[in-house]
Amino acid sequence: MPVMPEPILRVENAVKHFPITRGVVVPRKIGAVKAVDGVSFDLRPGETLGLVGESGCGKSTLAKLLMRLESPTAGRAFLKGHDLFRMRAGDLRRLRRSMQMVMQDPYTSLNPRMTVADIVGEPFEIHPDAAPPGNRDRAVRELLEQVGLSPEHANRYPHQFSGGQRQRIGIARALALRPEVIICDEPVSALDVSVQAQVVNLLERLQDELGLAYIFIAHDLSVVRHISDRIAVMYLGRIVETGTADQVYLRPTHPYTQALLSAVPVPDPTARARRQIIRLSGDVPSPADPPSGCRFRTRCWKAQPRCASEEPPLSQRAVDPHPSACHYAELHQVIA
Amino acid sequence: MTYQYPSHGQGQGYGQGSGQGQSYGHGYPDSPTAPVVAGWNDDRTGWDTPTAAWSTPPTRARVERPRSGEHLLDVRDLWIEFATRDGVARVVNGVSFHVDPGETLAILGESGSGKSVTAQAVLGILDTPPAVVRSGQALFSGEDLLTMTPERRRQVRGQEIAMVFQDALSALNPVYPVGWQITEALRSRRGVSKAEARRRAVEMMDLVQIPAAAQRIDDYPHQFSGGMRQRVMIAMALAMRPKVLIADEPTTALDVTVQAQIMDLLATLRAELEMALILITHDLGVVADVADRITVMYAGRVVEHADVHTLYGAPAHPYTRGLLASVPRLERRGQGLHSISGTPPNPVAIPAGCAFHPRCPYAQQMCRMTEPTLLRIGRLDRASACHFPPEALDARHA
Repeated sequence: MPVMPEPILRVENAVKHFPITRGVVVPRKIGAVKAVDGVSFDLRPGETLGLVGESGCGKSTLAKLLMRLESPTAGRAFLKGHDLFRMRAGDLRRLRRSMQMVMQDPYTSLNPRMTVADIVGEPFEIHPDAAPPGNRDRAVRELLEQVGLSPEHANRYPHQFSGGQRQRIGIARALALRPEVIICDEPVSALDVSVQAQVVNLLERLQDELGLAYIFIAHDLSVVRHISDRIAVMYLGRIVETGTADQVYLRPTHPYTQALLSAVPVPDPTARARRQIIRLSGDVPSPADPPSGCRFRTRCWKAQPRCASEEPPLSQRAVDPHPSACHYAELHQVIA
Repeated sequence: MTYQYPSHGQGQGYGQGSGQGQSYGHGYPDSPTAPVVAGWNDDRTGWDTPTAAWSTPPTRARVERPRSGEHLLDVRDLWIEFATRDGVARVVNGVSFHVDPGETLAILGESGSGKSVTAQAVLGILDTPPAVVRSGQALFSGEDLLTMTPERRRQVRGQEIAMVFQDALSALNPVYPVGWQITEALRSRRGVSKAEARRRAVEMMDLVQIPAAAQRIDDYPHQFSGGMRQRVMIAMALAMRPKVLIADEPTTALDVTVQAQIMDLLATLRAELEMALILITHDLGVVADVADRITVMYAGRVVEHADVHTLYGAPAHPYTRGLLASVPRLERRGQGLHSISGTPPNPVAIPAGCAFHPRCPYAQQMCRMTEPTLLRIGRLDRASACHFPPEALDARHA
């Protein structure tokens, strides 16, 4: 194994609970939606960590926590050694230059009343030292070229662009401050297949050129597989399995990962006969009242009494050298 | 606890006697017994639906080959325009397709390809204006849906052809219980009594495998999860036992594990009830799993149609080829995805000649001038709208 570089981002036990209150005049807290409930991971420079999981598993909340768009309930997150979760506004603003975000919906994440030049150049308004006023136009044009848009488009408005082009504008905006980490929250989910490939390729090219580290959040497991070096699978606010892309996809040991992978439609009609879909019964339980012990046990076909009483830690299991949060972790290949 | 897709034995019949290429019977395992739908074998006394098929479960769905040239639903040369502020948007330009009982046709296309508008026109739920059906026919059992009287149309819609929409939360009425919505058509069309309607609502909810149906019949849509809401909508569509079910992106809003459940359910019901299923989607993975035949649309035109094995194994049209190549695969991590350059055209300004030519790596001068017609390739029921036959494209690619 080569020597691992120091992580650029280290998240330790991040927690976000949204309070549930009752009473209009005097609100009382009667519970909490445990959206993110103890998540830890490392992100190294230049690598892509794929975060996968079904809707409601907390992956987008985690992204917002890291950007401090939501305030964390507990935990620590070190970006280049500084704790993001305990930072004052001024310091946070400076540190945020190192970490930017690309949003899912290219239609609502761009202000319709601003021109492309204003959108992409807005980060320079907040961080005037990033580009001297005289150089801003040139910086914006360079950014547009970098993401494959024509610099002549700078004076147009977002509605004049297609979905894929708008997502490029969002990427240019995220690149403006030369960040080291970009959090991509479902960046290609709203795009058509042919356009999705263009944006995925763009993200990969930019990573090679600029040495960016990505946290890539998506529910499309095929796209995540394509772009990620490492994967973390989330279920009900926790990471249930993590490892390199090959470990998680080819040698999954957690039953949830296995079920998730088996359900991905395969674009090959000859696979129909040999595909084995693991059918999960029921729905994801409410994050306000997660099951005791292992959170997946209510839908798991391997659940034992121990799973209800004892929560399985995310630790290395005997079957394969990558962490999995299952008492009964075993290898089961699901991708034909 | 593993589950295999139900058999797709209905796909047989294509390529029979063609004597060329692979046999398309392969890959369609025949199950010895039909999959059992929950509640199916219950005593059906009192279930006085007009079709006998309800009370006698079919052992295996079969494609009833209609007499030559007559299909259950036959859409011919459909043209639809929208009057917009920017000009006339030509959204559907000469689309033809057909389905027969017991088979699944997938209409595959990206956003703006005209696939949903086509379905809405067939069902008669297209807002006119702004839409205008310029010409074309949609023959249902030989009767043209587009020219029939509104009264006759209402009889066909829902009873003969029904639709499942993408977003169940906005398609269901939030202020009525689901049981009421499922049986609304039965009560208004068939005059079924309230008590009888309740009983049937429970049966329909059992059919689509909603657990504890009797307890949940009075719940409202917001009390159901996304997957369960989609099941409610399927139950609603099937209440009148239609012959054709159109599903417009039925699983796009759902997670993969739930998507697998819903696609299973649709495939099972399609076989059990001998329906024709038209699946409108952009998802190449879902199509490969369930479709018998595929019609690929681009810029309001059919660019290719073929049976599922041929389309994925030997795509003929450059657009289909590009689309298949740009899908990331679970099983491999490649260097750079193939991508189709450019973006789909604006329907107000569709390029002259072949609509795909600005994005096509094979485009020649003639592609810019002349629009290619949809030409049959080799065997029956396979066609591509490209000036160049697949062999010529292969040769150029090499």
